[in-house]
Amino acid sequence: MNRMMEENTNMEYALEVRGLTKHYGSFVLDQVSLQVPYGMVVGFIGENGAGKSTTIKAILNLIHKETGDIYILGHPMQRDGKPESDSAQWKEQLGVIFDECNMPAELTAKEIHHIMKEFYRTWEEKKFFDYLKQFRVPADKKVKELSKGMKMKLSIAIALSHDSRLLILDEGTSGLDPVVRNEIMDIFREFIEDGEHSVLISSHITSDIEKIADYIIILHQGKVVMEETKDDLLEQYAIIQCTKEQMTKIPADQIIGKTENTYGAHVLVKGAAKWKQEGYVVDRASIEDILLYIVKRDEV
Amino acid sequence: MDIIISNDSDKPIYEQITSQIKNQIMQGVLREGDALPSMRTLAKELRISVITTKRAYEELEREGFITTVVGKGSFIKAADTRLLREENLKRIEEHFQEAIRIASESGVTRQELEEIFAILYEG
Repeated sequence: MNRMMEENTNMEYALEVRGLTKHYGSFVLDQVSLQVPYGMVVGFIGENGAGKSTTIKAILNLIHKETGDIYILGHPMQRDGKPESDSAQWKEQLGVIFDECNMPAELTAKEIHHIMKEFYRTWEEKKFFDYLKQFRVPADKKVKELSKGMKMKLSIAIALSHDSRLLILDEGTSGLDPVVRNEIMDIFREFIEDGEHSVLISSHITSDIEKIADYIIILHQGKVVMEETKDDLLEQYAIIQCTKEQMTKIPADQIIGKTENTYGAHVLVKGAAKWKQEGYVVDRASIEDILLYIVKRDEV
Repeated sequence: MDIIISNDSDKPIYEQITSQIKNQIMQGVLREGDALPSMRTLAKELRISVITTKRAYEELEREGFITTVVGKGSFIKAADTRLLREENLKRIEEHFQEAIRIASESGVTRQELEEIFAILYEG
């Protein structure tokens, strides 16, 4: 990668990853590249073990990577893991939410507020307590006394209470009930509304990703196998329900994935309209379906 | 402005939006100069992707129904009656095309089709 390019901030994307590679025993993150445009939500999906968390940890410099250029809000992260000296500014603008709440167990939300106030120049007290109230997280209970769901909501409240421009979630909503997840999706919609804030959300709850994402990236066995707008995925992919005999008539290069049972077959294809016109029974494919067929395709 | 989105429809969401806005223009519910919500606000309210609303607005602009001014927003253009009539004719043709296709697949004759049309038109 051209060293000259690294010195220029790249203002086009809130997050840009180019050629991220990491070996992890027998597992390889292989030339993973992705972009999160400003004002968009990018959903990052894949089966357990696909490498989503590894990718995010590498982005955040929490683990070592072999190759890869990472730009967070236009600022390059150094290859050897040392952040730029002006990192303070973009740290204000980055909110990270993991699937484990990393707050000290003995502190209350109120005490955490006092710490965050010193840590973040742009910390907003009122915003934080408003979110706690909205999420029904008690301010005076110790973190260790909070349920998993409440811990997650606390993490999210913290991330939203300083000047975050980019939110990165690594399964941050997985332990929450549908009602709260829905609330959070609405908060993310409002978050990106002005076109200057962005979200990268890695989740195995594909139904949430289907609702909230503008772009969807599918990671499978350490490689990016799909990178499309949600609309294109939902509009273009479809599942043909047919007999096994009918399936033999479908050209192999048009079959993205398939499953069979005793009574028939299901084939994932592109171009629903075309197949409907030929008289096949065609169902819409959900994001979950697309992911399942891709994963199954490689199972022998 | 009312917009109803169905996830179960065969029509892509951006097309549902453009159809409904065009309808409202044709019915006079939306008039020249009326401001549309911004693409981002509409996306947030409808809980859909901003890429979808952008696509809808771009198509409406391309077809001459709205005009977008950077920094100000999107506005309904003067209804070009010729445009609207063409739009309606296109939709009628599409529906007739579908009926003819079903007829030919199921052995319904042209005469039967015309009889159905006559009855429906009177009703």
